Amino acid sequence: MEKKWWLWGIIIAFALVLLSPLASPWPDGLERVAEDFGFIERAKEPLFEIIPDYVFPGVGNEALATILAGIVGVAITLALSYGLASLLKQRA
Amino acid sequence: MHIPDGFLNVATAAGTYVISAGGVGYGLRRLAGKLGEKQIPTVGVMAAFIFAAQMLNFPVAGGTSGHLVGGALAAILLGPWTGLLVMTCVLLVQAIVFQDGGITALGANVLNMGIISVFLGYYVYRIVCGLLKGKGLAEPVGGFVAGWVSIVAAAVACAIELALSGTSPVGVALPAMAGVHALIGIGEGLITALVLGFVKATRPDLLALEKI
Repeated sequence: MEKKWWLWGIIIAFALVLLSPLASPWPDGLERVAEDFGFIERAKEPLFEIIPDYVFPGVGNEALATILAGIVGVAITLALSYGLASLLKQRA
Repeated sequence: MHIPDGFLNVATAAGTYVISAGGVGYGLRRLAGKLGEKQIPTVGVMAAFIFAAQMLNFPVAGGTSGHLVGGALAAILLGPWTGLLVMTCVLLVQAIVFQDGGITALGANVLNMGIISVFLGYYVYRIVCGLLKGKGLAEPVGGFVAGWVSIVAAAVACAIELALSGTSPVGVALPAMAGVHALIGIGEGLITALVLGFVKATRPDLLALEKI
């Protein structure tokens, strides 16, 4: 049980990713303000792109590409945060 | 409210980088040798959950959407410095892998959605729970208010950075950002309260973890 709960937490995170194709495509709060007040065009193209806009490159189906991007993101975020937290472990 | 490259001038981008690097660096030193065997996996699960939840934009009025930020939630469960660690990991992966939030704006994004949302969320929750002590609704009400305040405060900080950068005058950006995020913050507050309720129902011991 002790180990199981966080397995469930990870399962919940991956399950949420499956909902990502249903997310609202509307601009977020900052994008809305930037469009309304005419500074959205100041946004620059990023210096490099890996998985821009949460769409996994080279996958035709957009819903699938979004889910794949999300799975990759959850996995990397989990590994990075768990790894960093492990370095801060209590000393016995 | 991830700021892309191009919205901030060099001075604002650099200044916020210095503040955020200082805050995160200090936080890591505070946490060194302190995280217990329950906290370490909780950090991983929280970061993974927040990353996933941030992909789920919900519609708010007028063709605008918002999504959970999660700083208040992470801080309420784990404490402010551990919450900042969680948020920094999420924002780092979003900026580097997903081009969500510019690399040059990462300092500002960590300041707004990390440091500011985490610390305000944490202390607002504690104050509200203190005021409602002994009442059954203390935790959900505290979570809702903390979530809402954390988002509106992050939006105000974002507006100030845009104004300092000469991107949008403060008289325009501040009311616009605060206004739209007052709506988005309702979603943040509801999700924060719901997740706290879920954790309390399933793993009440996690609510009692030491907050660092």
